[in-house]
Amino acid sequence: MISKEPPITPELVAEHGLKPDEYQRIRDLIGREPTFTELGIFSAMWNEHCSYKSSKVHLRTLHTQAPWVIQGPGENAGIVSIGDGLAVVFKMESHNHPSYIEPYQGAATGIGGILRDVFTMGARPIACLNALSFGDPSHPKTRHLVAGVVAGIGGYGNSFGVPTVGGQVRFHTRYDGNCLVNAMAVGLIEVSKIFYAKAVGVGNPVVYLGSKTGRDGIHGATMASAEFGDDAEEKRPTVQVGDPFAEKLLLEACLEIMAKDCVIAIQDMGAAGLTCSAVEMGAKGDLGITLDLDKVPCREPGMTAYEMMLSESQERMLMVLRPEKEAEAEAIFRKWGLDFAVVGETTPTKRFVVRHRGEVVADLPIKELGDEAPVYHRPYVETPRPVPLLASEVQAPVTLADALEKLLASPDLCSKRWVYEQYDHLILGNTVQRPGGDAAVVRINEGPKALALTTDVTPRYCEADPFEGGKQAVAEAWRNLVAVGARPLAVTDNLNFGSPERPETMGQLVGCIRGIGEACRKLDFPVVSGNVSLYNETNGRPILPTPTIGGVGLIDDVALVATLAFKAEGEAILLVGETQGWLGQSLYLREICGREEGAPPPVDLALERRAGEFVRELIHDRVATAVHDVSDGGLLVAIAEMAMASGLGARLYGAPVMIPPHAFWFGEDQARYVVTVPQGEAEAVIARARGAGVTVRRLGVTGGDALQLPGERPMLVQVLTERFESWLPAYMAGHAP
Amino acid sequence: MRASIIVFPGSNRERDAARALRLVCGCEPHMVWHADTSLPPGTDLVVLPGGFSYGDYLRCGAIAARAPIMDAVRAHAAAGGLVLGICNGFQILCEAGLLPGALMRNAQLRFTCKDVYLRVERSDTPFTRGYNAGQVIRIPVAHGEGNYVADGETLARLEGDGRIVFRYCAPDGSLDPKANVNGSLAAIAGIVNERRNVLGLMPHPENHVEAALGCTDGRGLFAGIAEHLAAAA
Repeated sequence: MISKEPPITPELVAEHGLKPDEYQRIRDLIGREPTFTELGIFSAMWNEHCSYKSSKVHLRTLHTQAPWVIQGPGENAGIVSIGDGLAVVFKMESHNHPSYIEPYQGAATGIGGILRDVFTMGARPIACLNALSFGDPSHPKTRHLVAGVVAGIGGYGNSFGVPTVGGQVRFHTRYDGNCLVNAMAVGLIEVSKIFYAKAVGVGNPVVYLGSKTGRDGIHGATMASAEFGDDAEEKRPTVQVGDPFAEKLLLEACLEIMAKDCVIAIQDMGAAGLTCSAVEMGAKGDLGITLDLDKVPCREPGMTAYEMMLSESQERMLMVLRPEKEAEAEAIFRKWGLDFAVVGETTPTKRFVVRHRGEVVADLPIKELGDEAPVYHRPYVETPRPVPLLASEVQAPVTLADALEKLLASPDLCSKRWVYEQYDHLILGNTVQRPGGDAAVVRINEGPKALALTTDVTPRYCEADPFEGGKQAVAEAWRNLVAVGARPLAVTDNLNFGSPERPETMGQLVGCIRGIGEACRKLDFPVVSGNVSLYNETNGRPILPTPTIGGVGLIDDVALVATLAFKAEGEAILLVGETQGWLGQSLYLREICGREEGAPPPVDLALERRAGEFVRELIHDRVATAVHDVSDGGLLVAIAEMAMASGLGARLYGAPVMIPPHAFWFGEDQARYVVTVPQGEAEAVIARARGAGVTVRRLGVTGGDALQLPGERPMLVQVLTERFESWLPAYMAGHAP
Repeated sequence: MRASIIVFPGSNRERDAARALRLVCGCEPHMVWHADTSLPPGTDLVVLPGGFSYGDYLRCGAIAARAPIMDAVRAHAAAGGLVLGICNGFQILCEAGLLPGALMRNAQLRFTCKDVYLRVERSDTPFTRGYNAGQVIRIPVAHGEGNYVADGETLARLEGDGRIVFRYCAPDGSLDPKANVNGSLAAIAGIVNERRNVLGLMPHPENHVEAALGCTDGRGLFAGIAEHLAAAA
């Protein structure tokens, strides 16, 4: 028994989020009652957020290999080779629970955490993206959450100095009690200079770097592993406070000491802070770690061992240094005005020993702390496959022109300019394709290579059919990368679901993972990193299943990037891909008909691949003058987006006779692109498509100042643009949704 | 041409500025640490780059204005050397008293990153000889506190002396209040000191110097500086 620590009671165990059988497992493992500090350490290591105990068995089925993959899942971030001795390091992570409780700081520290994951490996961050899901616009908290989250993302990334180049924003009532903030960071690294978390060598100094430890964020990871009740706001003390300036200093100092070859192993202090980082470095290196908490730089006096081990104060790192380089490393950190303290050493014992004020407050087997965390084969029920909705069962309540105008002004489809203008998307001077295109394009150093980056998922599809929805999220990311001319390389997945203890929700998770795995295999598009966020539910109501996919692709020559704006009058507009007029789960059905039903569009991955490869060749051969993928809202929305980006209209031909016009123009059939080519090239392109086994259909001709469809009033591009641009600023200014 | 870029711990557009000098002027600038007390010998242009010098949680640039290197920057300016402050650099110059006025929070109370149009008010300064007076250029902004304010007397002097160098404008050059991206007094985007050797501006010309990135309207500023220094040499 350690002085002044509370006794372990069943209530205390429950407060730590540990189930009775999990507690028994702890007792069996160490052969005694844990101390209070040890209980805290176990709760930090064994919660869902850190241990992946509900998802692990399913994540193992994902496709993670390819010749260009340098590091797959299991490290701080995934790494993919891009040639020339360079690699791209990336990962996406959620900060959902904290962002709902305290949107500005929750989102800000989400950015801080994911940036650290990337630069911990030695990479300089070159871009951030995000995917945000909010509740219904009419919900009283939504506006406040949007404002806070967007300001928090901008506040952190802008000051840190990384461009935020792309993302998604959606609204749905199922996120009323749980917003989602998924942040992705992308960094650039030399293949020969990658750093890992694995400690090496006995008796080497374990060094604490960065900001001081305070009492913020204690139990953050445990909080993020439970659902919300009505008391969500009372959990504010578990949210950390971000300091992007400190993070910027930490970045520069870390990269500087890495360049000086001082570092053996490095791990950032993220979820579960000092505990998780120390255990991970020791366990990966088959070594023990001893920590002396009296050496830890603290923000305030009198912090207990328990508080220090569980603090999630931001902008901190733990490193194992080369002993002979200690003085050099310290000088670099002092130059940047950061704390530097030797807080422990590596040992041969494979035990995690924590001392504080002359007492041993924890003495645990280090490998078992991580490896022996419970793994659950949770019971699940598969979501019943929905019945497809025939286009003939959907009446068109309004004209095509009215429907288009309404869709463009709907919360999910409208312009997100209000959001991305609050993010510095130009800093570092390499942003080739700014937000608003299919994928962001960021040049690598001085070029000519560039990366294409995107985040995608369609939660309403995943809700209706998790398997097809999981496939679709990957396919859409792949398609967005292709649409700018990139070769898709790999993905990071950020799986957001409700409670895994409910078999229906667990069934969604399992179905989505299967779908993601299938699509990644068929498209040769491996998963190299990811994060799972469960328990996103309030009072028993879970979010829509939201497996966000962050995709990365490579462009060999930045001069060959395709954009979606029409380029000239009189060019042929072509549709690549096949159209049935799939209205099930479409935005047309939801926004125009007020129905959310049917099966989502199926994804034919072979077709997806053929269509994509065909389009990429058109871009590469400089035949395509504009390219846009067809997704939410369907064909007419895609064409309107191309028109609005250019100010040019188009004369469109009528829909084929066998498909109802509203199903043709607003159906969300997959594996499709709209491409423009000079009129003189159109026949050759169609012939070439036939040879490649790809369907191409002429849709119309660019020109004029309106979209014109047979039998419809002309839709002025200027009017469409006003509708498209006005909803979000008006909503955020307080107008009724 | 010998340029020195001052690097504060929270500077983050220093590499963008260095690239612009390299690409447009063929000059490899010196990066000078904020804790240093002197500029490299022969420096003829000092750049205070964009960023968040010391985190800037309170008043942007207030701490940076008192950094060890700033005495050397003041001496350089007093000797007639060129000083270019971009974004955070403009904020620092105002805080350091090298330029009048102050930069408040944007009128819309949000950080704003977008391309804006600027009217070049005069071409007879060392910084603007690469442009024509009245020319409209497209340059991005990326700031939360760029709303220029000054008292009536200062504004009258700035106007009377022709020291307002850039104003936010509509694409046709007209002073449309809707084009004033942050609510600045008199649509001021950039001003010079009395001797016209110190320029502060909020927009980022260093981010519009390459055709591959969509626009080269920022090149004129760097080309003009190089031309001026070459002529003066």
